[in-house]
Amino acid sequence: MKSYIEFEDVSFAYDEGEDNPVAENVIENMNLKIEKGDFVAVLGHNGCGKSTLAKLCNAILVPQQGKVYIDGTDTADEDKLYDIRQKVGMVFQNPDNQIVATIVEDDVAFGPENLGVEPAEIRRRVDEALKNVGMYEFRTFEPHKLSGGQKQRVAIAGIIAMKPDCIVLDEPTAMLDPRGRREVMDTVKRLNEEYGITVIFITHYMDEAVKAKRVIVMDKGKIVLDGKPKEVFVNIDTLKEIGLDVPEATELTRMLIEKGVNMPVDILDVDELFSYIIKLTEEKN
Amino acid sequence: MISDITIGQYYKGDSFVHKMDPRIKILITVIFIVMIFMCKNFLSLLLAGIFLVASIFASRVPFRMFFKSLKPIVPIVIFTAVINIFYIGGGKELLSLGFVSITSKGVFTAVFMAVRIVLLIMSSSILTYTTVPTMLTDAIERLLSPLKIFHIQVHTLAMMMTLALRFIPTLIEEIERIMNAQKARGADFENGSLTDRAKALVPVLIPLFVSAFRRAYELAFAMNCRCYTGGAGRTRMKQMKLHISDFAALFVFAAGFVGIILINKFFGVVI
Repeated sequence: MKSYIEFEDVSFAYDEGEDNPVAENVIENMNLKIEKGDFVAVLGHNGCGKSTLAKLCNAILVPQQGKVYIDGTDTADEDKLYDIRQKVGMVFQNPDNQIVATIVEDDVAFGPENLGVEPAEIRRRVDEALKNVGMYEFRTFEPHKLSGGQKQRVAIAGIIAMKPDCIVLDEPTAMLDPRGRREVMDTVKRLNEEYGITVIFITHYMDEAVKAKRVIVMDKGKIVLDGKPKEVFVNIDTLKEIGLDVPEATELTRMLIEKGVNMPVDILDVDELFSYIIKLTEEKN
Repeated sequence: MISDITIGQYYKGDSFVHKMDPRIKILITVIFIVMIFMCKNFLSLLLAGIFLVASIFASRVPFRMFFKSLKPIVPIVIFTAVINIFYIGGGKELLSLGFVSITSKGVFTAVFMAVRIVLLIMSSSILTYTTVPTMLTDAIERLLSPLKIFHIQVHTLAMMMTLALRFIPTLIEEIERIMNAQKARGADFENGSLTDRAKALVPVLIPLFVSAFRRAYELAFAMNCRCYTGGAGRTRMKQMKLHISDFAALFVFAAGFVGIILINKFFGVVI
């Protein structure tokens, strides 16, 4: 039995061109399994291959070496191209460049319309998708009158109206303000928890990665760390070596431990740290 | 500021005209425009005017909106009127100043042309005020669909129109951003001769084009990810349904059309 998404010894290099004189492998001999219903955050600094990884997941790119299987289907199979794209939806960084229609609900309908779904069913799906991302009241709005976070939620609704098993989000929060980031993260988390949609969330914000069920850290086309957030973020030295930040709470925890305070190393967020410190001081008194 | 821009010029409303099938609205507008140009005497022109005013009332869009839409074309109306007064000969001579002579036919033609242009603009405004742009492009796609037998890609044309409408505000926002960035570096868009100002726009247009191409590329990617393969096998969420009222409206305008032909025939021709 295969996992929902499976990378088997995948290598990928972009074509040689003016910008890219030497065709180096962006992804190198990668093996990866992602189960249905998982919430995976992919971390890495720019150029580590995380966007390429995303594009390999829905057959925008096909590996030169190795195979990518989605729900058992090889992405190199061109006859199944649109089956795969329906199953694995993709949300990009800039919400402006992925909204097609001049009215929110028409945009959400775009995907199902392409799939040839019956009009009444499209209506139902559009309403449901917009309610799921909390944008139903805005269904007759023009996209340019919405905030960045709202536009990105419309883009997500456009994907879930296609009833995918999995959503790949390629740095969906990179262009948003803190509030927009929170809105998008909460929406994605809810879709994962309530509807069991598999999520692959590519980001370079640590505080977002912490909320995932599984974190993959990439560097130079390879997976460096892979595990639950608590298992990954304790490797402070490895993370710093490849130029990534560590959640501030984790870093502070480590400093405290170095000073001789007795506490666990895998504290990831401020609230957790705060309550632990309160506990420690109470014990002392 | 950007949030003030409305795509197209839709005026929100709930009137009979708003609810009409956009295909019929386009057809009626075409019929009406032909009607205007068939008017040959004042009575027929009056009839066309009555049709227009009645339509405006039915649309419940305030009159000031229509005057607003007329403002930019006032110079054109005056220009054509003046040209017609001086260049159209025939009929009684009213005034003669050396080589210039004004004739009754010239004056009538000038008045007719001015009224026709005004009616033309107002009638097309009714269409755009009462129809959402996406519905308009949809309707055009459906009306032109017979052209498919000549292998014209009607769907692609309609999709291009929709995308153009969608990206107008985005690109305006982009222009503003680039202009501000250039201003911050000392660019001057307001002063200097016309050529200076035109030259100052070059550093705005180049980044604008670059970014437009980048956007187009990303958009194509996103559309591909949403399984867009062109018009074939596509369904639409919003179906268009013809109602009896649509046919009634079409019939009324067809009757008006016949009316104008009859008036022309029985009441003489002025121009």
